Amino acid sequence: MAMNGKGYLEASSLPVKEFDGIIVGGGGSGLMAGLQLAQSGMNTAVVSKVFPTRSHTVSAQGGITCAIASADPNDDWRWHMYDTVKGSDFIGDQDSIEYMCQEGPATVFELENMGLPFSRTEEGKIYQRAFGGQSKDYGKGGQAERTCAAADRTGHALLHTLYQANIKAGTNFLSEWFAVDLVLNDSKQVTGVIAFEIESGEAYFLKAKATVLATGGAGRIYKSTTNALINTGDGTGMALRAGLAVQDMEMWQFHPTGIHGAGTLVTEGCRGEGGYLINKDGERFMERYAPNAKDLASRDVVARSMMLEIIEGRGCGPEKDHCFLKLDHLGAELLHKRLPGITELSKTFAHVDPADHPIPVVPTCHYAMGGIPTNVHGQVLTQQADGSDKVVDGLYAAGEAACVSVHGGNRLGGNSLLDLVVFGRSAGLHIEDSFKQGIGISEPTNENINESLKNINRVNSSLEGENSPKIKKDLQEVMQMSFGVFRSEENMKQGIEEINTIRERSEGLHLADKSSKFNTARVEALELLNLLEVAEATAICAYERKESRGAHSRDDFPERDDENWLKHSIYFKGSKEVSKRDVNFRPKIVQAFQPFTRTY
Amino acid sequence: MNSIAAEQLKTLKISIYRYDPDVGNKPYMQSLDIDIPKDKDIMVLDALQIAKEVDPTISFRRSCREGVCGSDGMNINGKNGLGCITPLSEAVKGNKLELRPLPGLPVVKDLIVDMTQFVDQYKKIQPYLITEKVNDGKEIPQTIEDRDKLDGLYECIMCGCCSTACPSFWWNPDKFLGPAALLQAYRFISDSRDVATEDRLDQLEDAFSVFRCHGIMNCVSVCPKGLNPNKAINEIKKMLIKRAV
Repeated sequence: MAMNGKGYLEASSLPVKEFDGIIVGGGGSGLMAGLQLAQSGMNTAVVSKVFPTRSHTVSAQGGITCAIASADPNDDWRWHMYDTVKGSDFIGDQDSIEYMCQEGPATVFELENMGLPFSRTEEGKIYQRAFGGQSKDYGKGGQAERTCAAADRTGHALLHTLYQANIKAGTNFLSEWFAVDLVLNDSKQVTGVIAFEIESGEAYFLKAKATVLATGGAGRIYKSTTNALINTGDGTGMALRAGLAVQDMEMWQFHPTGIHGAGTLVTEGCRGEGGYLINKDGERFMERYAPNAKDLASRDVVARSMMLEIIEGRGCGPEKDHCFLKLDHLGAELLHKRLPGITELSKTFAHVDPADHPIPVVPTCHYAMGGIPTNVHGQVLTQQADGSDKVVDGLYAAGEAACVSVHGGNRLGGNSLLDLVVFGRSAGLHIEDSFKQGIGISEPTNENINESLKNINRVNSSLEGENSPKIKKDLQEVMQMSFGVFRSEENMKQGIEEINTIRERSEGLHLADKSSKFNTARVEALELLNLLEVAEATAICAYERKESRGAHSRDDFPERDDENWLKHSIYFKGSKEVSKRDVNFRPKIVQAFQPFTRTY
Repeated sequence: MNSIAAEQLKTLKISIYRYDPDVGNKPYMQSLDIDIPKDKDIMVLDALQIAKEVDPTISFRRSCREGVCGSDGMNINGKNGLGCITPLSEAVKGNKLELRPLPGLPVVKDLIVDMTQFVDQYKKIQPYLITEKVNDGKEIPQTIEDRDKLDGLYECIMCGCCSTACPSFWWNPDKFLGPAALLQAYRFISDSRDVATEDRLDQLEDAFSVFRCHGIMNCVSVCPKGLNPNKAINEIKKMLIKRAV
């Protein structure tokens, strides 16, 4: 049904495409789930708003962390688990972390077998480099080298390899299709999504017994971010509008090394290869903040240290508003071999050759630890009135859109690619298994479908009001000012008020261009509505979590409060209230790691 | 650019290829004067975003904005390139910036081309590793030297700049595979882990797939990642000829 002019979409005349499973998102987790389902012979479609290799996984640089025991034959997945739990500031779910760290090696070798061009060691094994927050022997054995790398283009290599494997498996792609909203039936089971083909502007009900949200991050809620322009939290927005819960939305990672002014990422692998940060006096200041791990402390620690240097007047440049990442001492040969992409990016966006000059860097919004809560099988969970978990039938989530939660309050570098592939696959496996046993999802009524068309109909029929670009800019400005690395009650309160005003303005959002074919203004208007949901959830959760933990750091509550906040935060759009959910301390194989004070 | 004071701005004349299939009229060049920062060398994509704020109907693809996703290949003042990593200082001539879609492919709308043919050619070369490896939970060993052979090949971002700059591809887009697909063909031929080299060469052994490349080298001069498809094509040609004699 073509979207043209001010016409309304109606369930009764909306064409339906039916699949066994649909996956929304063509990045690492979506392609991994897609591959699993295609190989199992199910009628699957991967729905992606961009051609799959344009997904943001392509930008991942440093690598995929996993105890494959290549750099160190004695490496152990349990050490990786310990690091991840500690890195999460103890609100990562230990059953999920255990699953990821243990399943990781098989998945990484599978990717290699698929063709991923990993860099190699002298013995012909997969090359592994040091990354932040990594240790041997449960923090007692010094720095580990556990991040498997394809130079500094690991995400690109991984995404292209997965796309290629999907071509081989014959996966069905709906490329450049935009998913708008979930369709729930009367029993609140998910029955598919409303989506349109961007090129033609034709809208459909994509019906499926299993729907996977693999829609990635939402870094574009901030003005300055390493994220692609497409990272607008579409799946998270869809889940919130469907009345489902989101978890730990206040937990946003600020990557220590975004290029000053441009926001583009410079991998932590630079520090893993021996680079380090300096202030205006040329001091390697991380020695003061993290005497042991120094520049390879975990990201939240390094980002805060950099901000303190800047706040205390030791920043670099005329405005003293950034730090320098020094790499020249590593030599041109190593930079060419191990960090060729960084050399390119640095020349393009910072106008410096890192072989000669340090790169100007500043902490930049990078990754959402929070998202749609799931169990280890990728099944989406929501919270019932009595606080207990409930599986949402028919719905799965994986990757950055999900919160399984392996990252808790702070993600370790190299763990996102591992999260994508491990849980993309586990979702696929669970769907495959459920199909064999038979899935009972009842039909949605026309009324149900019309409910899910409300959002897009509102945008399509708007007659006057504000365009989306200005509203988006103002939203990004508020998030940058009030919900950055350091947060304070006063500032956040004001931020929430400003978001309220922006929400009111968004009610009058006007799509001036009503054309049907490849209407990018329509896509951007719908993306803005998703950004707004994510931003508001972030703001309210940040305000409510009255402690400092992981990436969430408050001036008024500077300490971690395990008594009250060793918990996930849970947020619903309807009530705009925050409740708590227990963190999992019940891994299956190892003993749970109990909280202690984090130092690096 | 609402946060920048007027005195810090200058005007750029930008001319954009417009075609709207909804209206169905003939394509035309739209001229716009846009305000850009005076002292900052922004990218072509940034300029295009500013133009879209003036006229929200201007359509183009973009994603990573750092030259790794391959979305925003376009023809910039006559040369194919990525909007996001081409600075205005490099692109603009005589204060004029002319943006057109990649040549040789059907235009969907404005700067957006239909990439189907390009992707179909890529799929033809079996762009995946073929091995006899049974899954034993281990990697396939590869020496550093063998892995080095993939450098300059695997980094392709499928932006299409090379193939759409190639006259041989313009003439025979269905039969000549084009530089992008052939670069990938050679990437898998070169991979020490792949066992299907002879098979791959068999499929390339006709008058068109590879041999329509006449070494014009446009692919090399436009590749935004600095790759050399022409060299890869020559290596394939050598292998095919060697087999034949």
